[in-house]
Amino acid sequence: MDLSIFLIQCLNALQYGLLLFLVASGLTLIFGIMGVINLAHGSFYMIGAYMAYALAPVVASTFGGGFFATLAVGVVLAVLLGYVLEWAFFSFLYEREHLQQVLMTYGLILVFEELRSLLVGDEVHGVEVPAFLAGTLPLGELMTYPVYRLFVSGVCLVLALGMYLVFTRTRLGMMIRAGSTNREMVQSLGIDIKFLYRVVFAAGLGVAVLAGMVAAPVSSVYPGMGDSVLIICFVIVVIGGIGSIRGALLAALLIGFVDTFGKVFLPQAAGVLVYVLMALILLWKPDGLFKAG
Amino acid sequence: MNHSKTLFVLLAFAGLALYPLMAGNYGIDLVTKMMVYAIFALSLELLVGTTGLICFGQAAFFGIGAYAAVLLPAQTDAPSLLWLLPACVLAAAVYALAVGALSLRTKGAYFIMVTLAFAQMAYYVVHDTPLGGGTDGIYLTLKPVLGTLIDLDKPLVLYGFTLLMLAGVFGFLALLARSRFGRALAGIRVNEQRMRATGFSTYPYKLAAFVISGGIAGLAGFLFAVKDGFVNPEMMSWHLSGAVLIMIILGGLGHLRGALIGAFAFALLQEFFKSEAVFGDFARHWHLGLGLSIIASVVLLPRGLVGLPGQLRARLVGRSNLQGARHEAV
Repeated sequence: MDLSIFLIQCLNALQYGLLLFLVASGLTLIFGIMGVINLAHGSFYMIGAYMAYALAPVVASTFGGGFFATLAVGVVLAVLLGYVLEWAFFSFLYEREHLQQVLMTYGLILVFEELRSLLVGDEVHGVEVPAFLAGTLPLGELMTYPVYRLFVSGVCLVLALGMYLVFTRTRLGMMIRAGSTNREMVQSLGIDIKFLYRVVFAAGLGVAVLAGMVAAPVSSVYPGMGDSVLIICFVIVVIGGIGSIRGALLAALLIGFVDTFGKVFLPQAAGVLVYVLMALILLWKPDGLFKAG
Repeated sequence: MNHSKTLFVLLAFAGLALYPLMAGNYGIDLVTKMMVYAIFALSLELLVGTTGLICFGQAAFFGIGAYAAVLLPAQTDAPSLLWLLPACVLAAAVYALAVGALSLRTKGAYFIMVTLAFAQMAYYVVHDTPLGGGTDGIYLTLKPVLGTLIDLDKPLVLYGFTLLMLAGVFGFLALLARSRFGRALAGIRVNEQRMRATGFSTYPYKLAAFVISGGIAGLAGFLFAVKDGFVNPEMMSWHLSGAVLIMIILGGLGHLRGALIGAFAFALLQEFFKSEAVFGDFARHWHLGLGLSIIASVVLLPRGLVGLPGQLRARLVGRSNLQGARHEAV
C-alpha cells in the first residue's frame, strides 16, 4: 500500500473514531451517571443528520445565515428536545429496572423512526459540504485531504476536550460526578439532582445531534442510520468500560481504525471485524478496558 | 401452578387445537405465526424470566435456526424432518454455547449489550457474505417432510406440527422449572451471590440455560422459515430481539403463560396497527402505534398482562380502603 493512501486512511479512521466517540460519550455518560440504558441514543444522531438536511434551508431563509447558524439552531433545538424528553419519559426510568429502560427506549426508537418517515420521507439524501469547507488541502508533499473531514475531526476534538474540562475542572462537573456516585447524598447537600440530570441528558442529546449534523455531509442521510451507529456505540461503551469517558475515547479510536482498515483490506469481513475485536477484548477483560469506579 | 392457571393453559391449548375447524387460510397462517412467536418468546422467558439474564440478542438464534433450515438440505429432495429439525436446533445451540460462554463472563448492562453485539455479528455474517444471500435472503424450495405422514408444505399440517412443538416446549419448560435445575436458575435470578455461597457453581447453570434457550429459539426459527418458505437477514436484526423481549414483558415476566399471552398480544397489536381497514394509508406507519403502545405498556402495566387482573383488583380494593379511611377520619 502506498504511504499516502495509508496516511489518508489513518486520517479517515481518526475522523470516524472521533465522531463515534462523540455519540458514544453521550451514551456512556447517560448510563454512567443516570443508570439509564438509552437505546434511543442512535435516534438522536439520526435526528441530527436529518436536521442538517432539513434545517439548512429554513435557517438560511429566516436568519440569512449559513452553516454555523444551522449548527447553532440545531443544537438549541436538540437541547430543548432533550429537556422535554427527560421530563416526559426518562425521568420515569431512573428507578426502574434495566429491562424496562430497554423497552421504553426501544418504543421511542420506533416512534422517532416513524415520525422521521412522516416528516421528511424515506428517501436517501445527500447533504452538501458548505462552500468555505469544500475542496482539499495539501498535506506535505505526499497527499491532499478533504478540508471538511479535517473540520469534523477538529469539531470532535474540541468538543471532547471541552467535555473533559467541564467534567474534571468545573463545579458543575464535580456535582455531576458526585451525583453519579451517591444520588441521595448530593440531594441532601441541597443540589437539585433532578435538574442536574435534566441538564446532563440535554447535553448528551445535544452532542449526539451535533455529531449527526456535522457527519451528514460525509455519510449522507438515510433511514435507519441511527441503528448502526447505536450498535457500534454499544460496542464502544462495552469495550471501553461502561461509564468511562477515557475508555470510550480509546475504544472509539480503536473501532475507527479497525473498521476503516477492515474495509480496505478485508471488505467481505468488515462488518464482522468490530465484533471479533469486541469478543477478544471481553475474553481478556470482561469489564472493558477501563472499568469505571 | 395452581388450578386456575392450569385450567387457563389447558383451555388455551384446547382452543388452539379446535381453532382450524372454524378458521380460513388467513387465520391459520396468522395463528401459526403467533405460535411460532410463542415458542420464541418461551425461549427468552427461560433466560429473562427464570434466570434473570437479559439477553438482547435472541434473534440470532432464531435466525440461525431459520438459515440452517434453508442451507443444510440438498435442494433436490424434500429433506426429512427427522434430521433437519434436530440439526437446526443444534446449530442455534452451538452458537448459543459460544456466545453464552463469552457473554456470561459479564453482568447486568454489559450482558445486555454484549448479547446484542454478538447477535449483530451473526446478522453481518448473513448480510455481508455470499453464504447468506445478502439482503435479498434465500427461498426455501422444498419443505421438510416425515415419510408420507407429515408434509409441512400443507398449512394445516404445519399448524398442527407447530402446535405440537409449542405444547412440547411449554411442557418441557414447565417440568424444567420444577426440577432441581430450574430451582437453581430461580435461585440465581433472586440472588446469585447467595447461590454461590451455598456451593453452586452458577456459571455452568447459566450457560446450560443459555444453550437450551438458544436451541428453542432455533426451533422457532426453523418453523418460521418453513412457514414463510423464505429467510432474510431481518430475522436476525436487533429489532426482532427487541420485539421478543417486548412480548415477554407485555405478557408478564416470570410466568410461562405470560410468554404465551405476550406473543399472541404482540402479534395481534402488530396486525391491528398494520390493518389498512382501520388506519387506511396510515397503516404504512404502523411502527408509530406499536412504539406508543410499548411505551404505554411500560408505564401502565409493570407486571404485564398476566398481572392485569391483580392490578385491577388492587385498584378496586385500594379505592374502597381509601373510602374506609375517609369515613374513619370523618
